[in-house]
Amino acid sequence: MDLLKRYIPVLFLLALVVAVQLVTHFTETTYYLTQLTMSAYYSVVVIGLCVLMGYCGQISLGHAGFFAIGGYLAGALTTHNLMSFRDHGLVAVLDRIGLLVAGKDLYGGDLLTVEPWAACITAVLTAGLIAMAIGGPVLKLKGHYLAMATLGFGIIIFRIALASAYFGEADGISEVPAFRLLPGIDISGSFGARILNYYIAWVVVIVAIILLLNLIHSRVGRALRAIHGAEEAANAMGVNTSRYKLYIFVLSAVFAALAGVLVTHYNGGIGPSEAGIMKSVRYVAIVAVGGMANIWGALIMGVVLNFLSLRGVFGSYDDAVFGVILIVIMLFAPQGILKINPWQQLKSFLPLFAEQSGEETPE
Amino acid sequence: MSPELFIQYLFAGITYGIIYAIVAIGFNIIYNTTGIINFAQGEFVMLGGMTAITMTAFMPMPLAIAVAVLITMVVGALIEMVFIRWLQSPSVLRMIIITIGISILAREAALHIWGESVRALPYFIGNEVTSVSILGARISPQVLWVIGVCSLMVACLSLFFKFTSLGREMRACAANRRAATLCGINAKNMVTLSFVLSAGIGAVAGCVMSPITYSDYEMGPGLAIKGFTVAILGGLGNSLAAVAAGLLLGIIEAFSVSVLPLAFQDAIATSILLVILFIRPHGLFGSSEAASLKEF
Repeated sequence: MDLLKRYIPVLFLLALVVAVQLVTHFTETTYYLTQLTMSAYYSVVVIGLCVLMGYCGQISLGHAGFFAIGGYLAGALTTHNLMSFRDHGLVAVLDRIGLLVAGKDLYGGDLLTVEPWAACITAVLTAGLIAMAIGGPVLKLKGHYLAMATLGFGIIIFRIALASAYFGEADGISEVPAFRLLPGIDISGSFGARILNYYIAWVVVIVAIILLLNLIHSRVGRALRAIHGAEEAANAMGVNTSRYKLYIFVLSAVFAALAGVLVTHYNGGIGPSEAGIMKSVRYVAIVAVGGMANIWGALIMGVVLNFLSLRGVFGSYDDAVFGVILIVIMLFAPQGILKINPWQQLKSFLPLFAEQSGEETPE
Repeated sequence: MSPELFIQYLFAGITYGIIYAIVAIGFNIIYNTTGIINFAQGEFVMLGGMTAITMTAFMPMPLAIAVAVLITMVVGALIEMVFIRWLQSPSVLRMIIITIGISILAREAALHIWGESVRALPYFIGNEVTSVSILGARISPQVLWVIGVCSLMVACLSLFFKFTSLGREMRACAANRRAATLCGINAKNMVTLSFVLSAGIGAVAGCVMSPITYSDYEMGPGLAIKGFTVAILGGLGNSLAAVAAGLLLGIIEAFSVSVLPLAFQDAIATSILLVILFIRPHGLFGSSEAASLKEF
């Protein structure tokens, strides 16, 4: 019964995904599917960050960095030609075990690149390992220090992407090939594959959601809520707080990296703006609007806001809109807009007019 | 490395270092009275510089700088009154996100007012090629302006906090807010004042540095992260240590150029920040016992 209750929203989401596709099909607005696909991938980052921020209470201003690690590594590995290193021992070994694919470039030259599956696994694993390496010391920090440390990590990744020739410097990486998941199923931005890609993206989201839902309702989830409630108390009860925090940090980094890989293949490229600070801030903004510790809220807001932003609704005020969202939500509804309680709001407003001490809801 | 080149790098390091120190002191002033790290600190520097550049079209430069500093101080006061004053014991996470939001808004406003172009104030004395000779190295007089003005500000600030009644009241709020309130100090006004002060010193730094480092709408976050690095390096809340730490970071950065490509310069400061946060979060000069009592 409990299990059914947990999965009803998932089934509802599945139905909605199909319904949206059908609606766009009959109203001949299939061009919306491109942005919906992109929004879906960005939402994977958001829901991962949501669990980290909401359930562990750990802010991360560096998630665009993990997204970029995934995207850039996958992009670079599947694009850079290894033909000239053919005689090198390592390349020969990789070729023999089938991790490389040969092809032709635009001018008919021979191409030898890493197989997308191998590149994807390498990219996601690298992001996970980096998260594990920096997560240990970073998660010992709290509050401002944690925010600044993760921000610093994001800046370093951004600078490396911008400064190294291997990652294309300011131009980024382009002409990333399609990602063949199974024979006949490619992740690519080609016109004909639009509907297929829409479903691939949403299947990824749904799998991610199911994973996280199961996680929060498990022993780990209870431990996480205990950590968020009172870390010392959780520690005293025998919860290994630092291990759980690290676990979720790595998990959310892996989600971000995976989204990065898939978006890069879908767009056929990635640029340094994907690694920028504003991207990280944007993910945090979306989690804040959706309500910390509310995966569904984060998903809804992730899709809605990313969709509007990608459609260019906000024009040149794109970043400003996210800044305003951050401030307004944190000032008036720190629990997220889905949990606004009018009475509570009124009470917290009172001190503005009369010097009365209203109580702040803890978060 | 020849001695002239050494001195050249040294002065470049000191120039940047003292600017980082001013940003760090801005962080410290607000942190001391509120416990908030103001992520929009770098935007004060940007606003000061950009406003002064616009004002020079209408008035002589010294007046333009004074007006720009005043405007930035008013902006600082407004930010505090609109976004922070009426929040009741907000959580750290909430304050971080709000100040990040403010910094984005300030940056976007600057983008729409001034556009993306890089601007600069004219040199205070002479022009780009004017230089004075110090120990065989050629130094721009503007570098001496930056060092002089910033040192003067640091000196005035320490005198202000030590000897004036207002400065003492601010320190009282920093030490124990409730006790200060019981003594009849209006703690809320002290918080506003701390925003005004740190906006003011940021704006002054933004004006004197503008001729050599240029100003554009997105200079804020880079300065803020370095200023924060310096604040942590010196021990959060300790302004004199911040000067030492600022000079250290500036000099390390300046000399790193001779070893590493310029593009990695920012990554160096950030790596130092991470290392310091990991191994000595209480700073080079702070004590870990005192730091563990503070709330971050």
